[in-house]
Amino acid sequence: MSDSEMPGEDRVRVAEPAENPDIPERHQSRVGSLLRAQAFQILLVLIVIVIIFSALAPDTFGTLSNTRLIVQNASILAVLGVGMTFVIITAGIDLSIGSVLVFSGAVAALVMREIGGEGWGTATIGIIVSILSGMAWGIINGVLIAKAKVPPLIVTLGTLGMALGFALILTGGIDIREAPSVLVGVVGYGNIIGGIPVLSVIALVVIIIGIIVLRFTKFGRYTYAIGSSEDAARRVGVKVDRHLIQVYALTGALAGLAGILSLAQFSTTAIGGQSQTNLNVIAAVVIGGTSLFGGIGTIFGTVVGLFIPAVLQNGFVIIGVQPFWQQVAVGAVLIGAVYVDQTRRAATQRGGKSNSLGRKLVGGNRSQGKN
Amino acid sequence: MPTPILEVRGLSRMFGHVQALDNADFDISAGEVVALIGDNGAGKSTLVKALSGNLATDSGQILFDGNPIELTSPAQASKLGIETVHQDLALAPHLDPVQNMYLGREIMQDGLAGALGFMKTKVMREKSRVAFDELGATVKSLTSPVGSMSGGQRQAVAIARAISWADRVVFLDEPTAALGVRQTANVLETIRRVGDKGVAVVFISHSMPHVMEVADRVQVMRLGTRVATVKASETSMEELVGLMTGANTKGGAA
Repeated sequence: MSDSEMPGEDRVRVAEPAENPDIPERHQSRVGSLLRAQAFQILLVLIVIVIIFSALAPDTFGTLSNTRLIVQNASILAVLGVGMTFVIITAGIDLSIGSVLVFSGAVAALVMREIGGEGWGTATIGIIVSILSGMAWGIINGVLIAKAKVPPLIVTLGTLGMALGFALILTGGIDIREAPSVLVGVVGYGNIIGGIPVLSVIALVVIIIGIIVLRFTKFGRYTYAIGSSEDAARRVGVKVDRHLIQVYALTGALAGLAGILSLAQFSTTAIGGQSQTNLNVIAAVVIGGTSLFGGIGTIFGTVVGLFIPAVLQNGFVIIGVQPFWQQVAVGAVLIGAVYVDQTRRAATQRGGKSNSLGRKLVGGNRSQGKN
Repeated sequence: MPTPILEVRGLSRMFGHVQALDNADFDISAGEVVALIGDNGAGKSTLVKALSGNLATDSGQILFDGNPIELTSPAQASKLGIETVHQDLALAPHLDPVQNMYLGREIMQDGLAGALGFMKTKVMREKSRVAFDELGATVKSLTSPVGSMSGGQRQAVAIARAISWADRVVFLDEPTAALGVRQTANVLETIRRVGDKGVAVVFISHSMPHVMEVADRVQVMRLGTRVATVKASETSMEELVGLMTGANTKGGAA
């Protein structure tokens, strides 16, 4: 690996003196790729993993039906990941999403059971109720974080317990296994043309909207600005508190959407089934290059970060390795990703004079990615 | 003499037991460049903070165009056309110069796209480029994060931002502290030019040669209050140093 890094490192060095302010376009592409670097590095890792599994089990892993399975299983986590990316870019964290998902799904299931019926009328009400329930928890998180100044880790650790507790209270601790048949049939198991799961289409829509909002709108700009320097944002008149509340509300609403999707997919509220969801989503966001310290991150990276655990789990099962190895592998990737982030942050803060190790990792891998 | 654009009467502020501002006065007219000097702890930065909406005061009056005002937030100061470059610059390190320039003041697209939050990125980039060129600033890249730039470049971004938005008054808290010789000359020239446009410029500096070079008037602070205000053309560095340290008490004190 170090052999292939060297040419890339040289090229970066040679390129630098040639740059001058008259050619901003070149800067733009260079900086653009630098910012997205970690997402692309991790995409490369994902591609390598896929190639290895495809080579080891060409008849089972690389098939369309297996790919479809992996994508479908990652869909709900992707919806959660979009919200989590926003939160982490503001230098926050949301541990409560798994519980909020359960709570929203449970409330929606109860409401739909009360109304009765198997049609779209009931299902639509359920969808709205679920999203609003999630958003309500998000607003609670946001207000406590922005106004009461309680650290996000503590606030969302608290609401993690509270949302799950309320879900248990409301259901008496017994999973509700009823959902309108249209919801289960169309959203949960349905496909659009070409056998693409409806769940994944919904997730894709959320991802695309998320990317557009984060990259091209004022909302996205303020999200980065607050994560980068809350003080700087405040001094130029950005309504920081209001924006933070909106970001957590968005994340809560997406957890609510994930709640109804989960209910549709599994036909049960699965109250006990989401205890690791928050950590899995946070790991995916961080693996995808979003900095826990705020100011940096992409939704594209998060999506790639989600597929690494999903592909590893699926692949290990197929090639007959104990699936428990997946957890070991994901843990290692996570630590590696944060290490790269740390060195990159150090490089940024030292006014461009990067720590040479960080530059080797970031710069070297980046030019590899271009080859 | 015309009505001062900004006038301060008897401003006081305690930090615990420390009297940071003690009945301080200040005034500046449109197009005037006033240097605010004083030893460390004389209350210069505190005064600037109070006048840029970053600090509440215990007592005293602030007059803007002769009318009494309350400055409660930086956003409110901005609305009046008052901008400040703080010593820490207050830039978002992960954003590029253009994004920092327009942070909180984004130019939105027309119609529905604007309502949805889409911005006129190209327009903002072009206008920023013009602003940096006017400053003669060596901002190497408009698309790199400012956190990756040198202290001088960051300072240039912060100053360009302030003078682009300030219609009436701009405060510069030690604007040349982190700069090299050429950049310092640029900044001093810019201060002069901004003043000539009719904007009131207040700058804090510890460098007496810089003060003598660009200031119309020098206001000296000591122990939280104004001890003298003198025309730059009628004073000398020795006299200013004497006033700062309290060895000399001559001057048109209010």
